[in-house]
Amino acid sequence: MARIPIIKVGSALIATVDEDLTDDDALEFQERLNAAIERTGAAGVLIDVTLVETIDSFLGRLLHEIAVGARLLGATTVVAGIQPPVAMTLVELGLQLDGVKTALTAERGLAMLAAPSRANRAR
Amino acid sequence: MLDERVLTISGEADIVTARQAARQFAAALGFNAMDQSRITTAVSELARNVVRYATNSHGVVHVRETEAGGRIGIEIVVADEGPGIADTEQAMRRGFSSGNGLGLGLSGTGRLMDEMDMKSAPGEGTCVTIRKWRR
Repeated sequence: MARIPIIKVGSALIATVDEDLTDDDALEFQERLNAAIERTGAAGVLIDVTLVETIDSFLGRLLHEIAVGARLLGATTVVAGIQPPVAMTLVELGLQLDGVKTALTAERGLAMLAAPSRANRAR
Repeated sequence: MLDERVLTISGEADIVTARQAARQFAAALGFNAMDQSRITTAVSELARNVVRYATNSHGVVHVRETEAGGRIGIEIVVADEGPGIADTEQAMRRGFSSGNGLGLGLSGTGRLMDEMDMKSAPGEGTCVTIRKWRR
């Protein structure tokens, strides 16, 4: 069974999605992430999807919900490492992940969380 | 010789199995990474519809090689004996959803593939055929 490890580094939580998730795995991750945000008071969440080969409408919608839920708990989410074919597929599917911050790589995603832009601070 | 794989869907874990099989098949037929992603995602959407809506989440997926006019393609047929759909055109329209989704599943599947046909009637199950041609 896929378990997505969630680790805390500084004030951020980092989760690496490294398997072909079932819907239940993904929903379980959402719950565990929310609990981890509440427990740690993390200000940022990095979800690294570099290894994920398929993001369908279910997982795309869930990533959006995760980001919105984390924001309501006071944390900024960055989804990092969406592979180019996955990005194109999401666009064609009609899922643009509006309002979800993204970064090309996990490294850039962490940099975004470490140094929020002026716009982020104002919010 | 044209190759074929048949998979049974009976629960959520089979969505993952179906998309892995579709990806391997598409890769073996020489589809590029972009098309492999489209095909895999389309199969994931159709397999999830079976798990969500078909009787006992039961359905069958056929993944096969197809040929027309000298072109090689992949054809995937996803069939179930579920409640069926009265208005298949409405079901394939963007934004239509009978469940709690965004209504992107079937319409999105159509956009990802080159061809999609759907046969269904109330009480008679649903059979969706999708094809993509190798460029």
